[in-house]
Amino acid sequence: MSQDGIIRGDAGGRAARRAAFVFLAPGLVLIAVTFLLPAVASFVLSLTDFDIYAVADPSNARIIWLRNYAALARTPMFWIALRNTLYFVLAGGPISVIVSLGVAVLLESELVRWRVFFRTVYFAPVVTTLVAVAVVWKYLYDPRYGLLNAGLHALGLPSVDWLGSTVWAMPSIILMTVWKGFGYNMIIFMAGLQAVPGDLYDAARVDGAGAWQRFWHVTMPTLAPTFLFVSITTMIGFLQLFSEPYVMTQGGPLHATLSVALYMFTEGFESWHVGMGAAIAFVLFALTLIGALVQLRLRPKGTEGGA
Amino acid sequence: MTAAAIPSTTRATAGERPKPQRWDPGIAWRTVLLHVVLAAIAGLAVAPLAWMVSASLMPAGSATTYPPPLLPHPVTWANYHELFAHLDLAHELRNSALVAGLITVSSLLFNSMAGYAFAKFQFPARDRLFRLVLLGLFIPPQVAMLPLFILLRELHLVNSFAGVVLPSMATVFGTFLVRQYVLGIPDELLDAARVDGAGEFRIYWSIVLPLCAPVLVTLAVFVFMSAWNDFMWPLVVLTDSAKYTLPVGLANLSREHVQDTELMMAASVVTLLPVLLLFISLQRYYIRGITMGGVKG
Repeated sequence: MSQDGIIRGDAGGRAARRAAFVFLAPGLVLIAVTFLLPAVASFVLSLTDFDIYAVADPSNARIIWLRNYAALARTPMFWIALRNTLYFVLAGGPISVIVSLGVAVLLESELVRWRVFFRTVYFAPVVTTLVAVAVVWKYLYDPRYGLLNAGLHALGLPSVDWLGSTVWAMPSIILMTVWKGFGYNMIIFMAGLQAVPGDLYDAARVDGAGAWQRFWHVTMPTLAPTFLFVSITTMIGFLQLFSEPYVMTQGGPLHATLSVALYMFTEGFESWHVGMGAAIAFVLFALTLIGALVQLRLRPKGTEGGA
Repeated sequence: MTAAAIPSTTRATAGERPKPQRWDPGIAWRTVLLHVVLAAIAGLAVAPLAWMVSASLMPAGSATTYPPPLLPHPVTWANYHELFAHLDLAHELRNSALVAGLITVSSLLFNSMAGYAFAKFQFPARDRLFRLVLLGLFIPPQVAMLPLFILLRELHLVNSFAGVVLPSMATVFGTFLVRQYVLGIPDELLDAARVDGAGEFRIYWSIVLPLCAPVLVTLAVFVFMSAWNDFMWPLVVLTDSAKYTLPVGLANLSREHVQDTELMMAASVVTLLPVLLLFISLQRYYIRGITMGGVKG
């Protein structure tokens, strides 16, 4: 890469152009070498039979084109992981976003006192270490001594085998994830709500609109760009589900919480089917891209205008 | 829109917003109801953490009695003593501090340099290059892990702190965050320094960096916390338990000590307390980072 080929600016002449290169190079080289190029290499790797022997000596790997993907399509475990991940994203994602929005609306009410205090408390779970809170929740979910079942008993309800049943394991992970994460999107929604012009509310009030109508016809349209941003970033994050099942269930019971990322980890880093693992990782990337594009397509008209 | 113009959520709305002037029974009733709901949510947010602290102070075995106790009786520090005296958690604490510290310092340097260059230097294809880098926000980090692991293996960096630190030294998000902020610095300021004969590095070091102080604090808090909490990559790279960071060590410990509820709660407290305290002391900066990242999309 020649310097002059990259930087031919006009601000400050040749010295400044060289400076621009010097400032950009370390960061861009690091990002390229540790992230962007490996991501591309991942696709190439997924076309090979790279395995434990190739880990020892890469010349043992051969190109097998799409056979890893064909093998994945025939592997029930892959479909289970895909189904579980989509369950987590499509159920957990919307629940998480709606909870965030609801709490943000409450917290932005003009009647609230100690707003900063509540905001801090709601946000605290976000900054905690995921592995640590997953360990804590594992004990809260304990069918015999856990506080959740103690609470259900106190209400006269039957106990639930939270992480031990194939039906409840994924909802349990969703519940913990919502608890840990709702504060993050809440902050973004609060900033979005502050951008809604107050006189729009006043005008709607004068026209006789109730609180619910004001929310749907004034708040929601103004919030549409924020909503789109939040739903895309939340989806991207939820697709990467890994630590919760790794710590709490190891993908069980009966693979009910095996996620695509966890399956990639066990195939690639535990069984050393590296080519196969790369194919799974690439499926994850494809899901992310398709999900983002679909949401951008489905956005309501006028969203891009920034209202 | 420049980052500097974005209102922080800690804004002085308490003063801007008209508070209800006269006592109105309808409003008073709604205010009380609202605060009951807010307090209930606060209780739910805090309860798991409060129980964690409480159970970490319980004598071994007493958390798993029926009905489950809410408070330690008697209070004991034995679990913490066990962690540091016999399980060598201090070692993992040191590893985590070292890794998160190195990542924070280097990402401050490299992201601020790249973000400044993207904001203030003209060169062909600059904006196209920037958009290409931003595409990285849509790539799950797991996609890069296997090839990166093979690369690090060739470089003999597997099972080293360097291997953990390397992928986080410069990030797409950090470069983006700094660029948005630097766009708000007037060009005249930098040009005046150039006229005075200041070199480019001097301008960056003595003018740009001090002006960027708020966003650099934001970035530092963000990066330190995500490095401290990071799990999957350290789990992949570190094979020797002497090199484990806290989350990796904790995940490992929780498989060996499933029955020791109180001990595991103490280990969880040690793992998340540093980041929780950091957040509480610097939350203004942290929360600003979220809204800054959210503006441009």
